[in-house]
Amino acid sequence: MTFSFTHLTSALALAAGLAVAPLMANAAESEGIVVYNAQHETLTQAWADGFTKETGIKVTIRNGSDMQFANQIVEEGAASPADVYLTENSPGMTLVDANKLFAPVDTATLAQVPENFKAVDGNWVGVAARSTVFAYDKTKLKEADLPKSMLDLADPKWKGRWGASPAGADFQAIVSALLELKGEDATKAWLKAMKENATPYKGNSVAMKAVNAGEIEGAVIYHYYWFGDQAKTGENSKNVLLHYFKNQDPGAFVSISGGGVLASSQHQKEAQAFLKWITGKGGQAVLRDGDSYEYAVGNGAQSNPKLVPLNDLQAPKVEPSKLNSKKVTDLMTEAGLI
Amino acid sequence: MRAPPLTAASRGRVPHASVIALASVVALLSLVPLGFIIWITVDTGWAQVVALIFRNRVGELLVNTVLLEVCTIPLCILLAVTLAWLTERTDIPGARLWSWLAVAPLAVPAFVHSYAWVSLVPGMRGLSSGVLVSVLAYYPFLYLPVAAALRRLDPAIEDAAASLGLNPWRVFFRAILPQLRLAICGGSLLIGLHLLAEYGLYVMIRFDTFSTAIVDQFQSAYNSPAANMLGGVLVFCCLLLLGIEVLVRGNERYARVGSGAARPVDRRRLGWFVVPAVALPVVVAVLTLGVPFVTLARWLYLGGTGIWRMETVGNALLQTIGLAIAGGLLATVAAIPMAWLSVRAPGRLQRVLEACHYYVGSLPGVVVALALVSITVRLILPLYQTFATLLLAYVLLFLPRAMVGLRASIAQAPVELERAAMALGRTPAQAVRQITMRLAAPGFAASVALVALGITNELTATLMLSPNGTVTLATKFWSLTSEIDYVSAAPYAFMMVVLSLPLTLLLYVQSKRTAGQ
Repeated sequence: MTFSFTHLTSALALAAGLAVAPLMANAAESEGIVVYNAQHETLTQAWADGFTKETGIKVTIRNGSDMQFANQIVEEGAASPADVYLTENSPGMTLVDANKLFAPVDTATLAQVPENFKAVDGNWVGVAARSTVFAYDKTKLKEADLPKSMLDLADPKWKGRWGASPAGADFQAIVSALLELKGEDATKAWLKAMKENATPYKGNSVAMKAVNAGEIEGAVIYHYYWFGDQAKTGENSKNVLLHYFKNQDPGAFVSISGGGVLASSQHQKEAQAFLKWITGKGGQAVLRDGDSYEYAVGNGAQSNPKLVPLNDLQAPKVEPSKLNSKKVTDLMTEAGLI
Repeated sequence: MRAPPLTAASRGRVPHASVIALASVVALLSLVPLGFIIWITVDTGWAQVVALIFRNRVGELLVNTVLLEVCTIPLCILLAVTLAWLTERTDIPGARLWSWLAVAPLAVPAFVHSYAWVSLVPGMRGLSSGVLVSVLAYYPFLYLPVAAALRRLDPAIEDAAASLGLNPWRVFFRAILPQLRLAICGGSLLIGLHLLAEYGLYVMIRFDTFSTAIVDQFQSAYNSPAANMLGGVLVFCCLLLLGIEVLVRGNERYARVGSGAARPVDRRRLGWFVVPAVALPVVVAVLTLGVPFVTLARWLYLGGTGIWRMETVGNALLQTIGLAIAGGLLATVAAIPMAWLSVRAPGRLQRVLEACHYYVGSLPGVVVALALVSITVRLILPLYQTFATLLLAYVLLFLPRAMVGLRASIAQAPVELERAAMALGRTPAQAVRQITMRLAAPGFAASVALVALGITNELTATLMLSPNGTVTLATKFWSLTSEIDYVSAAPYAFMMVVLSLPLTLLLYVQSKRTAGQ
């Protein structure tokens, strides 16, 4: 018998102790602010690095998705460890705001962003924007074959030819715009047709890859996936082009990524400073020069020159606080999409 | 531990009450997520519950899940038993190499397997792809116990069967296969539970199961009743699986008693059959190891040195190791009382306790995580987003893994030795610790390794429960792949594989050891 159980256990216990000790140390030094981040990790990390460099305030990022965090914040209530909440789309913001969990955004910060990119009540502010597009396979579709409106995709002739990522906050934001613009019955009918016609993917990037691979002819996604891939290797988008619906179509919806400070935050000053920084010159320049390819929204801020200018998109007018995420998930559950 | 009354020891029995008490504590903890789902159900109201469970989508998911289980498990059994027989009982050249390669796929996380396949065949999706990748990723869970059992079989039984005139095939089916029952049942149950709980693998190849649908619902979140109802259906599936395993397992005893020891087995000569026999492990190794390694090599090559930002990769590595070791030990220690009871003192109450231990491991991380988030945030705020809660989630999620390794090795430690020790004046606790636990030590180590492996690759619960600022290899890999930044994700996948290799090697070595050697 060369194997002693007790020796093994004590050795392992010691090892575990040694391994966990640095972990605890890591977690303990979480001064500065905590950001619940549903935005792309690389973008928020770039913002956090720039902010820390300028102010010395440390930023701890927790990553997740829009609605997961919105609900988590509601669940956490006053006990939330988060100081700042950043999203990719506004419905998550609206949900937290409806539960009265945001502190008002500093007026100086609000002044940096135009009217149509912030909440009417001033409790959250736009930090970036994204446009809905129809990413299509240029080897299969000519200009003339493209749908004129996103609603055309409900036509039986599109059966099995298009895709989307119905479980993602991104697509659900598009549906919430459709609901706001065209009403419940039209949305219901469109979602029912979508269940018939569309192939569901997990994530916009996966949907774009499927278009590129020839599995489907087009996908309803946001614009920046294509630009990001083109800037890297282009291997997931070499056969893909973007079609902008324009004409105030629901499919021309421009979604606002928002940021807000939680009323329960113990670091109000630092949290407000962070929002001010990302909506200001430094933060918006990250959008222009970085590899996120999302639109800058600050007053006078330039977006990446490769993008179709925000003003040329002819987006429909949608009041962000009216976007009803609850109703959307109910309708999508009813349609069997999620 | 207080010395138990003399009567129990003098009767040569370990008193069960204290062990049952310990197992009950663990079982109660494991009921927390179920309790949460029940509470949500009551809270939701009957009408809405019916609307959420009896809908087409749930039907679709149920069909998917059943088909996945029914196709994958038999294929895994066939592949694992064939490979185990070839490597343990025949004169196949390079048997040691093949047996190591049969276990090695465990070092590749399931979602890395499926990613590699998707990279190779972008159009892969649906049931057939799900079955293929699941078999490749999970069959080692069956190969390990089956190979270990084959190695320990007493050839005298086969000799007896052969002397009664049975041909080799019939010896295999009548004398060998029945003795593999425990190993096959344990391994199949483990795989079945994995299929129910796995998330990343099926997301990559676009096959919807309850787990992926639950995560979808959580991400679209305003619907946590819908998600929890799906969780309820999933718990039901799991209980069904458990019931089936209990029925099939039976309760024969498998330990050898009597004078002498089993002699080593003779390996069967393959003759001309050696060509197809070698082809099988080669093909399997190419599919399970070649594919992921080629994909990873390509990513790493494309990324060059720029993707190795040591600060982030090193930090994620350190945190992953710490969590894996701590969680592995905790889960295994928590499983000891139940594993011992299920072998030494099976009974109706024990069955119930054991079911608790198993069902919780089949819950997707996200269900356990949401339950723990809600409970800690509402009731035990000091524990919210702490390592303690995360480790508790790991213990719950990986109890079945810890159980399987322990149970099989305790089953092989003859109860007579325990009783003899007590007759020689040891207290029951000492007897269990010094005799049974020593004999079961390989199983203990294997359990720790199995759990640590699981934690290394755990995704959903880690995302939701980890304290702010925690980054593991799995969570970082996942977020980078979801941004289609495959190149930057490669180092994390590579580190997961590197980290899993020694654990897998330990598993392999432990399964080679025969108890008491």
